[in-house]
Amino acid sequence: MSDTSAIVILIAAIFTNNILLGNFLGMCSFIACSSQVGTALGLGTAVTFVMTMTTMINFAVHYFVLVPLQLGHLQFIVFIAVIAAFVQLVEMIVERFSPKLYFSLGIFLPLITVNCAILGASILAITREYGFIQTVSFGFGSGLGWLVAIVLMAGLQQKMNYSDIPKPFRGVSVAMIITCVMAMAFLGFGGMVSL
Amino acid sequence: MADNNCMTCGGSQGLCGGKGMVTLKEGVWTNNPLAIQVLGICSALAVTNKLSNSLVMGAALLFVCVGSNLFVSLLRNYIPHRIRMIAEVAIIATFVILFDQFLKAYYWEMSKQLGPYVALIITNCIVMGRAEAFALQNPPIVSIVDGVANGIGYGVALAIIGFARELFGAGQVDCFGLSISVGNWYTPNLLMIMAPGAFFVFGVLIAVFNLFKGDDAEEDKK
Repeated sequence: MSDTSAIVILIAAIFTNNILLGNFLGMCSFIACSSQVGTALGLGTAVTFVMTMTTMINFAVHYFVLVPLQLGHLQFIVFIAVIAAFVQLVEMIVERFSPKLYFSLGIFLPLITVNCAILGASILAITREYGFIQTVSFGFGSGLGWLVAIVLMAGLQQKMNYSDIPKPFRGVSVAMIITCVMAMAFLGFGGMVSL
Repeated sequence: MADNNCMTCGGSQGLCGGKGMVTLKEGVWTNNPLAIQVLGICSALAVTNKLSNSLVMGAALLFVCVGSNLFVSLLRNYIPHRIRMIAEVAIIATFVILFDQFLKAYYWEMSKQLGPYVALIITNCIVMGRAEAFALQNPPIVSIVDGVANGIGYGVALAIIGFARELFGAGQVDCFGLSISVGNWYTPNLLMIMAPGAFFVFGVLIAVFNLFKGDDAEEDKK
């Protein structure tokens, strides 16, 4: 079991080991949904919530069901099923109790099932042998880190609309190069905490 | 790996004639999953710090894509439309687990290096996209060709990124016994192996693809 303190894991997950800029997880929706700051914020919030909850549930499923039954090799399929079921459940609950939230968040929820950051965070928490508190702070921190990255990106993308970019670089290509600069900036946080 | 690919596409040409070739060309070049459609980039960026990792990842995707396309296509008339997503994910996850167990059994070092990214093929949009967009509408053999084409297209793009990053990041490329070196005059740029290098090389790769493909695409539209 790893003995890093939960606070360090939280800060590392947001800044130094940002799940998007350091581990490249959740790139697809990062590229697809980063044209508006508002949209990015909605998606980021949804991801943070789902990620915190699913890392917790998957932690419990792994240590209380899969390990005692020696079914470790079914980890992936069980985790993705848990995530899909959880997202579906949240969607139904939100739709029932808060239609307003459903309309602002609703369209993002199905997208989240196939967001690899969610599955990635669950698997990383297991491979790094985090305890329960550490897993929760890792899930929450990773979600926040993803939120920060996509909101920053959306802000930059809005500016990019007014710039004159060489034709072959337009679209995803320049988005990648901006991300490269962002990742370099985040490298600057490197010395802040050490895992 | 190369021999297998040639045999597969040679065989399929005979079996399904023109459509096989068109599908193959689309997957590898005109509709390259990585550089043109920009799908499944998480793994593409994460594992490409070395050429050997990129090649193994390409092989993994090829295997999963062919397997899932074949089975989704075989079952396409039996899967109820409403639950097709879950069925597809289950099929894909099965093949990913197979490959992961194989790596763990025979190439433990490689499995350690690739880490969770093999598992993340499950949520890789390429595999899911091909199952959804192609295998659900087409007979098994063409679907296999489509899987092979997309696997190769992905693998080639991955190999290019991996080669560039290892060459500029480490100063030399070591891949399964082969070794290419830039020479002593070059100071390795560690940034290329770290995260920013991945974004940069990938951005440039897309731009190059756009540059060469730009004219084709516009002609197609006309």
